[in-house]
Amino acid sequence: MNKGFINRILPFSSVDGPGNRTAIFLQGCNFNCLYCHNPETINICNHCGKCLEVCKMDALSIVEGKVKWAKDNCNHCHRCIKLCKYNSSPRVFEASVEEIMAVLKKNKVFISGITVSGGECTLQIPFLVELFKEVKKLDLTIFVDTNGSIPLWNEGEFVTLADQFMVDLKSIDAQEHKSLTGSDFNIIVDNIKYLSKLNKLHEVRTVIVPNLLNNRRNVEETSLLVASLNPLIKYKLIKYRGLGVREGLINDSSPTEEDMNKLEKIAKDNGCEDVQII
Amino acid sequence: MEEVLNVIKDKTLTYQQKVIGLARIAENSINVLSIREDIEEYRQEGIICDLYEGNAPYRPRYIVPNYEKFMAKGSEFLGLKPPTDIWEAINNLLILYKHVPSITSFPVYIGNIDTLLEPFVTDEKEARKAISFFLTHIDRTLTDSFCHANIGPLETTAGKIILEVEKELQNAVPNITLKYSDETADAFAIQAIDTALVTAKPSFANHEIYTKDLGNYAVVSCYNGLPIGGGSHTLVRLNLAKLAEKTTEIETFLKVILPDAIEKMVTYMDERIRFLVEESEFFQTNFLVKEGLINLENFTSMFGIFGLAEGVNHLIQPQNQKEKFGHGDVANDLGMKIIKNIYEIVNQHKANYCNASGGKYLLHAQVGTDFDHGISPGCRIPIGDEPEIHEHLLQSAKFHQFFPAGIGDVFKFDKTTKNNPKYILDIIKGAFTIGMRYFSLYCTHSDVVRITGYLVKRSDMEKLESGEQVLHDTVVLGLGSVKNQKVLDRRLRKDE
Repeated sequence: MNKGFINRILPFSSVDGPGNRTAIFLQGCNFNCLYCHNPETINICNHCGKCLEVCKMDALSIVEGKVKWAKDNCNHCHRCIKLCKYNSSPRVFEASVEEIMAVLKKNKVFISGITVSGGECTLQIPFLVELFKEVKKLDLTIFVDTNGSIPLWNEGEFVTLADQFMVDLKSIDAQEHKSLTGSDFNIIVDNIKYLSKLNKLHEVRTVIVPNLLNNRRNVEETSLLVASLNPLIKYKLIKYRGLGVREGLINDSSPTEEDMNKLEKIAKDNGCEDVQII
Repeated sequence: MEEVLNVIKDKTLTYQQKVIGLARIAENSINVLSIREDIEEYRQEGIICDLYEGNAPYRPRYIVPNYEKFMAKGSEFLGLKPPTDIWEAINNLLILYKHVPSITSFPVYIGNIDTLLEPFVTDEKEARKAISFFLTHIDRTLTDSFCHANIGPLETTAGKIILEVEKELQNAVPNITLKYSDETADAFAIQAIDTALVTAKPSFANHEIYTKDLGNYAVVSCYNGLPIGGGSHTLVRLNLAKLAEKTTEIETFLKVILPDAIEKMVTYMDERIRFLVEESEFFQTNFLVKEGLINLENFTSMFGIFGLAEGVNHLIQPQNQKEKFGHGDVANDLGMKIIKNIYEIVNQHKANYCNASGGKYLLHAQVGTDFDHGISPGCRIPIGDEPEIHEHLLQSAKFHQFFPAGIGDVFKFDKTTKNNPKYILDIIKGAFTIGMRYFSLYCTHSDVVRITGYLVKRSDMEKLESGEQVLHDTVVLGLGSVKNQKVLDRRLRKDE
């Protein structure tokens, strides 16, 4: 039985694609972005057990060498997550397709579809293929939120089953991208072009961090790329916010409204028709 | 008559509010109803409550005129001919509104205003101006937010203009309901949500369910479903929270106390209706009846209940949040059992002059009022105990089938949802699929907020609290509910 590592299932989400969607956040990411606001999704728990020391609700225990989380006892104080030096969370759980489908069947009438996100969801494609096949039977749409680092042209079944993709393009400069995320960006741009050809690119996103990144260049070039593919693809400009970001990695403030408006104008002038500031 | 002098000297009351207050004191100075002693005891205890209806019912509580007929025929009594353009149309309606009685003396229903005006929309710019005047006039003269307009279910130019203008005006009056069905265009529904996130209206009514239960219906006052061309003689409510305190035994409550209280309440309602219909001369003399804008045959009456959550929690004594009403199976099952019992017993009673509902009283989940300390509306889950929205909807929708005369839930959304109004439309579609009857929403940042079923501006409540006069009489109720029922503290619906 193929199981997925799940960080969290959000039954109703307003910010993970159009309409109301059940967002499934998968655990594990191959990037390590300096501004990551949910770093606890990066690694799979190594069961060191240190988090047990800070839990005051008796929600964590070690069973057969593995950290177990008792959801019903948890008061969501997040002490365990704040303590974890391994960028993980003891609240991650393994779930079968059937278990996730049970959640979806209960909420089906309220949602347009699902969005798989992360972490980086494409690190668990075999599991997602099985899940998507079942989701299709409920007549729900499937959106994939990805960092675009896995060559999707090699994942035909996965791409065919998914309806739309939302891709982060964090920087358009190789060196800047590497220093921000720890990874290269060539595959991401190729994925963006590939998905656009299939009419499966719902949105591209860029996070704006005032001093860390060359935001103007990133927006300038990314918007030109998006507009050249299809001006109607949504281009989201996301304000950097310090909430949840690890201490010591980045020392920056949120961009001003004025900064964001200038960048929005650049994107629109370059031909993007659906630009949104978040 | 110290009470009279108090009203006269009250610095926070407008002239109009004083006149209405003095009329209420005059009505209450006589006792014309024959009320059994044991019933009177329950009234004094607040278990049976008629919500300011007064001692001598001389007009039905809720009048739902057939405005379509009025537009087609005009009114002989008012000397009005059928309108020929949009200015005559709004003028005629505004005149009629001043002559529709109610407990507050303001009309509780002002028509399906989009379809009433649509035939007169020839020039959109002119229509926009006329509708803007119309809605402003209503807010400034029908100064009571139980005044309720309906729109939909189909998209019309007038409907779109009404939503657009209300989003700009951000008035508390009128309350607005969008009758929503499969035939309502998504774009129109999304415009309605967009407006509601700014000014807390319209709410959404499940058109299919209301039509099945009531035929040609309107949503009036808070969210009361009633037949058009008729209305409701009375609304009396049963306080389940206080009634439950009479015992600690569930079986005693279900088999003895509840049926006895229902018998008392229907007897009291019977007497109020008898006086209104047989003695007050309303139905024999009022021009609305004579001109066929309302007809006694289209009347019913509403058997209200409230405080189910507190009643259930008293009877089961939950040890923690997970056992409380809205969360635990034992509590939820008992809640359902109580409502089913009420439904069955009330339906066995033959109600006179209620032909619109087959000679029976209709159940209504009453939203509470300003003096209800810590008692929740109808079957609602108490503020502060609300589960996540998906659980909340599944739990509360189960009760809606029993309440044709009105039940609903209010949800407070985060401002980020303004970027994705379809998110809320998906939720509403789902809620209606599982049988929810009525859905209200507002945004945490709005000045206009939904108190329980009606709308009040936060800024007006602040004015009143500092001792200033405010135009709308409902601000007093709103302020009381904010203090006693924590209505501004509803769970914020973000992503959960």
